[in-house]
Formats: sequence, C-alpha cells, structure tokens
Amino acid sequence: MKFQVQGMDFSRAGQAATKIKKALQLAGMDPATTRKAIIIAYEAEMNIVIHACHGSLTANITPHKVEIIAEDEGPGIPDIPLAMQEGYSTAPPHIREMGFGAGMGLPNIKKSADELDIRSEVNKGTRLWAVVFNN
Amino acid sequence: MQQYFHSVRLDEEKCRGCTNCIKHCPTEAIRVRKGRACIIEERCIDCGECIRVCPNQAKLAITDSLEKLKDFKYTIALPAPSFYGQFKPEHTPARVLSALLALGFDDVFEVALAAEAVSWAIRHYLEVYPDRPRPLISSACPAVVRLIQVRFPSLLEHIIPIESPMEIAGRMAREQACRKTGLEPGEIGTFFITPCPAKVTEVKQPSEGRSSVDGAISMAVVYGALLKRLEMPVTNPVAPRASGVGIGWGRAGGENEAIKTGSLLAVDGIHSVISVLDEIERGGLADIDYLEAQACTGGCIGGPLVPQNPFVARVRMGNLVKRHRSREKWAYPRELDYYRLKTPIPARPALTLASDPRVALARLEEAERICAELPGLDCGSCGSPSCRALAEDIVQGYARRSYCIFELRERLQQLAEEMVELAQKQPPAMGRDWKQARDGGGEAD
Repeated sequence: MKFQVQGMDFSRAGQAATKIKKALQLAGMDPATTRKAIIIAYEAEMNIVIHACHGSLTANITPHKVEIIAEDEGPGIPDIPLAMQEGYSTAPPHIREMGFGAGMGLPNIKKSADELDIRSEVNKGTRLWAVVFNN
Repeated sequence: MQQYFHSVRLDEEKCRGCTNCIKHCPTEAIRVRKGRACIIEERCIDCGECIRVCPNQAKLAITDSLEKLKDFKYTIALPAPSFYGQFKPEHTPARVLSALLALGFDDVFEVALAAEAVSWAIRHYLEVYPDRPRPLISSACPAVVRLIQVRFPSLLEHIIPIESPMEIAGRMAREQACRKTGLEPGEIGTFFITPCPAKVTEVKQPSEGRSSVDGAISMAVVYGALLKRLEMPVTNPVAPRASGVGIGWGRAGGENEAIKTGSLLAVDGIHSVISVLDEIERGGLADIDYLEAQACTGGCIGGPLVPQNPFVARVRMGNLVKRHRSREKWAYPRELDYYRLKTPIPARPALTLASDPRVALARLEEAERICAELPGLDCGSCGSPSCRALAEDIVQGYARRSYCIFELRERLQQLAEEMVELAQKQPPAMGRDWKQARDGGGEAD
C-alpha cells in the first residue's frame, strides 16, 4: 500500500501511518511487530512533512515481515550518522514551536527496525527503507 | 470458541434497527441484521456507549438483583467511590451507608477506602520500577482494559499490574469479615454497587483470574429504595472511613490527584481515550509517567448506570473531597505484592480478518478493492458502521455486496434500463401491426 505525503501539511500528518496501522491490525500481525512498524511509519511520515516538499510512504506487508519505504523530494540529509544522534534536529524554529522536531525521529526508527537503509542526496531527496520481521 | 459473558444486552422488542449504536461503538462491535442490532461478542468491551446513545432504550445492562444476597451467610456492600455524589449534601455519607445496610447487607466496605491503599501501591510501583514502559496505564477502568486487549494489544505491557480498587476492596472486605465472624471465605458475599456494565462483566468474567467480588448491583436500581430509606430518620449511622483521597477516584482526574507524584495525564470519554492510546502506540507521550483513563466522560460519575446527573455529582464529589480531607490514615498493607495482578492480561485479537496471516492479507487486499467501489457514504443502511466496515465484513463472509442499498438501487436501475432496451428491440418477424394483418386476412381468434 502506498500513500502520498505532502510536505508542511500538518493537518494530515500521521494519517498514512494510521492507515498502515489499521491494515496491520486487520492482517493479524503480531502486536509487537505492529507497534514497531507503526513507530517507523509515523516517524518517517513526520520527517517528510517536516523537512521535505513532498514524498510517499509505502508499506509492503507479508506474513513474515513488514517493509516500510519512505521516499521524498526535499533537502536531503548531508550527514546521516549525525542525523541519527538523539536530540540532533534540523527542524526550523516554527516547527519546534509546534512540538515537533525533537530530534528523536531517526533514532526511534533505528530502535524499532530490524534492518534499516537510508540513502540521501543533498538538494534532491531521501529514501528510507526499513524492515520489521514478524516472529 | 470461548464463551463471552457480556452485561450489555439488547431488548429486541424495543430495537428499531436504527444506526445510532452501530456508529458509536468504539470497537465496531454492532451490526444490524433482520432489523435488529446484534453485538459481535469478541469485540464488545461492555463500555455502555450503546446504552447511552440508544434513542429507544433498547440497550440495557444485566446486573445482579438483591435476591443474590440470599446465596450467602454474610453479605457486604462495596459502594463505588462515585456513590456518595449521587445524594444531596443533607444525606451525608454516614446516612447513605446506613441506608445501604438497610437494603439487607450485613456490613459495608467502601471501595473509596481501598482506593486510598491502591493509590499508595501505584505511587510505590512508579518509584520502584522506573524502567517500565512509559506511560503506565491505569487498570481501574475495565472497559479501557478490554479496549486495549481488543484494539491496542501492543499496549498491554503498559497497563500497571496492580489490581483495581474494586478487587482490593472485595479482598479486604472478605478478610475483615472472616476475622470478625469466623465464617469460611465462600460463605461471605461481596457486592459491588456499580455505576457501569463494564464492572459487572469484570465481576462475572474478569480479564484475568477470578474476581474477589461475588456480585454487582446497579446504582440506578437501588437508588429509589435508598432515597425512600433516607426520608426516614436514621437509627444507626455508619461511620464512613474513606477520605477525600479515595472518594475523588469517582470523578475524572481524581485518581491522579490521589497518586500525586510524577507527570500524570488524565483522559475521560472512550473516544478521547482512543486518541490518546493511538498517540502512545506511535511512540508519543513517553515523557508521561502515568495515564488515568476512564471510558465514561466525567469518570465513573458519568457511568451509564448512574442515577444522578454527572455535573451535579461532580460538584458534590468536589465538596466531599474537600470536607473529608483530613482523616487518620488507616493501616492498609504496605507490600506491593498484596496489590499485584496475579496473571498477565491476555490479548483478545478480535479485529483480524482471518487467523492465518496469509489469508488475512489476501482478504485485506480484497477489502481495499471493494471499499474503493462502494459509495463511501457511511450511511449504515447495510447494517455495518461504515463502507469500510462493510468491505471488511464482506471478505469475512459476514455480509454481502447486495446489503448496500445504493449498489442495489444502481443494479436495479441498470436492469430497468436493460429491460427498456430489450423492449424496444424488434425481431425480424415483427414489423407490421399483427392485429391489422390478422383482421384483414383470417378469422378472429
């Protein structure tokens, strides 16, 4: 299942992740797997909304695993290891005032994913690929 | 197949098959079939929303009658913390308790008293286990616990493993009575005076283990008899032992007020609870230590079986809490093990499309496809709460495409158009007016 995500659209932020959650529930995924997949999907979606112009969130669900792919067109991440540090955030002030951009998105994704791959090109965009295995 | 007990039931005579309850049910547990509402047992959490919202008073709660007291040698009433707020200030807790005894109970043990002890247990647990997943969620409201079992099973580990005040009260009351009377535990009957159906189901079929309470009597049912009793002069006032700390549990925010330490959030109303739980499931609110969650708006004073208006009750509760602020501390057990839940709360995965994930995934795709083709009006006429729910019902075999009256009407229109088209077609043998041909040539029939 694939969803389009619009940058800076806070009224709809998180809705794609919610639909993925519903799908995982209906599919009868293990609750622990569902939880990790939801956290990844939500944080990835929020990253697109906060930082990018627009992007897409895809979930590939099979009985053995859940794959989350978040692709966007946007500023990209110049230093990925730096971005993975807890508390490091490049969110502009007006976003932080809203309560987002605490710098925990990528670290939370890393904690929840069994496998993670992030590729990015500055001024072009970012592609995040994460897998959670269903035990 | 596990048999479920549900205290929420339908009066088939009164049900008109309207769409009110199916649309408000937080677990989409109701469908309309053959003109009547049907509750899907695995999904029902006994929250009582349907009771609240039914315009025909067709939804009701099954509770025990006072007849059940006869099954026991010694009976103890356990009034819920929300109980005192049902009465005018002139009817002080002492008079209310005495009236309750007059209904036929041998003794009374206030659940508000147990709530004080449970407040200590929660506070202590939060201090002793800082590494448990945050926020920890209250176990006091059985509808919320069941909501988590059914709809948020990944949050089961967040529920604090401490018994609810009702259970602790049942246990303490029985222990006290055994000491006092020398009777066997089985000969003593404890009865919760309940504001809601969720507590009734909790007594009959707990989420885990066995309940320490033997029966649940609806507040609304005994209210009339109590008011009558209160009009007469009170002969033996019973001294209430509960303080404001425990009584406050009956209204939203009261549990947190009793716990005091840590960063606490209180949420009331089942739909608000759902949105907070959604947030927690996403990884949010991790800086909150404890979540008080009540299925009923206003807390227990807003329960479906509560006789008094919840706003009136809230004001009275506030005054009672202030008035009973200072009371000597009673010696409740100070070991955490006394309050611990004996077994973990199991998940109740009732929202899956199939038990086999492969089948479930195939059905999921099918449901997506069907949903995209349905009108998307969520009218409820098919008996399902929404078009999406109908699609899910269809793939599980609980409903048919033809249930959708808009689709049905479209198909009829198509058929009608086809009929008109067919009627206009002429086979080659026709073309002349046959009557003319017949009268002109042969004899009339």
